[in-house]
Amino acid sequence: MLGEWIAARGGLLLLGSALFVFLTLPLAMLFVRSFEDRGGAFVGLANFARYVQTPALAQSTWNTLTFATLTTAVVVPMAFLFAYAIQRTCIPAKGAWRSIALLPILAPSLLAAISFIYLFGNQGVLKALLPVFGLEAIYGLPGMVLAMAFATFPHAVMILLASLSLADARLYEAADAMGASALRRFMTVTLPSAKYGLVSAAMVAFTMAVSEFGVPKVIGGNYPVLAIDVYKQVIGQQNFQMGAVVGLVLLAPAVVAFVIDALVQRRQKALLTARSVPYAPKRAVLRDALFLAYVVAISAYMLGVILMAAYGSFVKFWPYNLSFTLDHYRYGFEEAGVEHAYRNSLVMAGLCAVIGAAITFAGAYWVEKTRGADWLRPAIRLQAMLPMAVPGMVLGIGYILFFNEPSNPLTVLYGTMAILVASTIVHFYSSSHLTAVTALKQLDGEFESVSASLKVPFYKTFTRVTVPVCLPTVIDIARYYFVNAMTTISAVVFLYSPKTTLAAISILHMDEAGAIGAAAAMATLIVATSAVVTVVSLGVEHLILKRTQAWRRTSVAN
Amino acid sequence: MTAADDALRLEGIRKSFGSFVALQNIDLAIRRGEFVCFLGPSGCGKTTLLRVVAGLEQQTSGRVIQHGRDVSALPPAARDYGIVFQSYALFPNLTVAQNVAYGLASRRKRRAEIDARVRELLTLVGLPDAGPKYPAQCSGGQQQRVALARALATSPSLLLLDEPLSALDAKVRERLRGEIRALQRRVGVTTIMVTHDQEEALSMADRVVVMNHGAIEQCGTPAEVYEQPATPFVATFLGRVNILSGRSLGEGRYRVGSCELALPADGFPPGTDVRIFVRPEDRHVEGDLAALPNRLSGRISRIDYLGTFCLAEVGCDGIEQPLTVSFSLNQLHDLGVREGGRLDFALRPDRVRVFADGAK
Repeated sequence: MLGEWIAARGGLLLLGSALFVFLTLPLAMLFVRSFEDRGGAFVGLANFARYVQTPALAQSTWNTLTFATLTTAVVVPMAFLFAYAIQRTCIPAKGAWRSIALLPILAPSLLAAISFIYLFGNQGVLKALLPVFGLEAIYGLPGMVLAMAFATFPHAVMILLASLSLADARLYEAADAMGASALRRFMTVTLPSAKYGLVSAAMVAFTMAVSEFGVPKVIGGNYPVLAIDVYKQVIGQQNFQMGAVVGLVLLAPAVVAFVIDALVQRRQKALLTARSVPYAPKRAVLRDALFLAYVVAISAYMLGVILMAAYGSFVKFWPYNLSFTLDHYRYGFEEAGVEHAYRNSLVMAGLCAVIGAAITFAGAYWVEKTRGADWLRPAIRLQAMLPMAVPGMVLGIGYILFFNEPSNPLTVLYGTMAILVASTIVHFYSSSHLTAVTALKQLDGEFESVSASLKVPFYKTFTRVTVPVCLPTVIDIARYYFVNAMTTISAVVFLYSPKTTLAAISILHMDEAGAIGAAAAMATLIVATSAVVTVVSLGVEHLILKRTQAWRRTSVAN
Repeated sequence: MTAADDALRLEGIRKSFGSFVALQNIDLAIRRGEFVCFLGPSGCGKTTLLRVVAGLEQQTSGRVIQHGRDVSALPPAARDYGIVFQSYALFPNLTVAQNVAYGLASRRKRRAEIDARVRELLTLVGLPDAGPKYPAQCSGGQQQRVALARALATSPSLLLLDEPLSALDAKVRERLRGEIRALQRRVGVTTIMVTHDQEEALSMADRVVVMNHGAIEQCGTPAEVYEQPATPFVATFLGRVNILSGRSLGEGRYRVGSCELALPADGFPPGTDVRIFVRPEDRHVEGDLAALPNRLSGRISRIDYLGTFCLAEVGCDGIEQPLTVSFSLNQLHDLGVREGGRLDFALRPDRVRVFADGAK
């Protein structure tokens, strides 16, 4: 009894303080530093004034907004048509197309940049095509938008697939009964119901692009953006104050997008009632054929980009000598110290998967299902959602400022694997937390009450009932952490040390050194690793579901 | 009997959620072995009251006393009760036997002892062979009984049932009513059941606690609350009732339309506006009606068949409001009751209830 009292409050307190130390304090540090000079004295808005007066930074801000807006404008319609084809037409092999569309998640965002350099770069095979589109070179804005559209596509598609999956057939029947044309029906029924999904997808794409580091680094040419500036300020010039200012500027659009999205989501709820009848598309030969062609084209694009990088990593000297070689892998592993980086990435991703899934799921359980210390819960929920609004770059700067502060006893963490794991878990906490909460909410809300009446402590019910029932979700969360830890650059680029350098970061180094083949090799290796882990974890989930289907079936009728 | 003999005493229970008052000044004593139903419309506070008893909600003020022990501030695990929820909350990944044994395993009992107890309980609820099944493989009625067995496993002194039958089909529900009642008598466990179904409450309970707007309207045996409703709410919530507007003439005489009724004196001064509650069965239709007071006569405008009995709507001479009168099927035939026909009847003054107009 006393043990249970302590376990309930202790769990909450631990989670709350962990989020406070590894999220809120670093961000608070960012605020404080932006108002200080190098000596630590308060200077008010002087740093911001200097920022505005620096023409290069103002230019970067403008460039960043252009880049993010264009990316959003390209990827949202592209993803909407794709999701529409999957959810609202009768094309064949929907599962395959959907899987292909989600492939970019397995790759670091800069993989697409590497592929586009192979295709359209200075030695690109299709370079001659560029003038057709009125472009001089792929480097700069065009390449960035193309690569970023690739990286953001699966995220936009997932949101739009979800929002288009919910449709009330009765509305369509009513529209048909009143003799509405197909266009009118689309404008009055389909679009309004997908409106919130569109806003959400746009916000996600925009936020990702604003804070993207890898893509502009590799293919940005002379088109400076804020993410690059902030890196130069902090790592290059050790100007933490200006870094903090740029970090806050980066945070602004993300926070605005997050708030808009949250407001829109709140209005979404009433759209579908329990009495809605699910909509099932009917065959329409011409429409289905057109959409199939579109979906095949997009899938070819997604596969093509990935395969281009993979292919490039296996040829001797692109594009002049296309004979097969493992030299790039050998070079990377033997001379560029990549073996070490790859091993670090595996360790880091593994730790994130195990520790992250455990903390996230247990944390969500403690917040949602235990009793007592109710004042702590809103604070934890808010902090759990905060990472969604914080770009990785901003989190990374916050970490540098906070964990590098000499008076902070936690400086021992600086430069260790632990800080990489912590920052990555925090960076991807929100989605994981939401996944866990959704799964927990599907459980009967009275399990804990029944346990209490039977005098079984809640943590016993957690291990005996909750975890076994939610095991597939826990594995989902672990996989999400693993894949993101393999591919992420944004936060960790500020935090790695020579001993803890990571695979995705080593791509940047090799690209900078001009070893694009080795860079492609590393990117390919990351995709392959993520893919294997994904397939294995899905297989495990499948086995679990099969073995436990006796009790997972929904209840038979009375 | 002293206060300590009560299995459960609630003293001045209040519960508010922000500005919303869910429970106001609930006082109630429940005797050992009694079967009590909390009955009321949704939102009346009956489930909140049950959860306060269970310690799942903390009351804003007031005391909960179980067998003379003040448990007001204790967490659920420190109180002594078993509970069955509307959803049953059976653990889906554990077998029926493991579910029933859930509360036993932690009490350091020997394996064989636990197995024997589980078998005993499953036999008690009529599912001796269900042990190895998973809840999802059981029907709704079976799940309900497993939940009951699990709640009784630790031999609690109090059993709480939160709308235990509402998720079931009408037929299964009716059968389980009798089974639960019989089981409760056999085990002798003090039981509180929450329900919004008046038939369920009347047929199962020793005592019914009728609740509305967070307060107890009336507490009594099924016969008391049905035949002598203490408030207009209880009269209308339980069963069907005609409500006639009238005016007191003093000394138990009332004017309704152009008719005069003689009812037991309720002490309303002459000139008081009243509402007179008449159930469809509170009438004489056979025998020598001429000798009875409160005779009414009218034309039958409609008859609704409801299976075992029928309701006739009668437009009475001198009364504007139509009156609903019930007949058994036999009476319907024997008395030649038909739509459009005439009907003479007399109200039963001993059954009719009178409330001041404006009383709730």
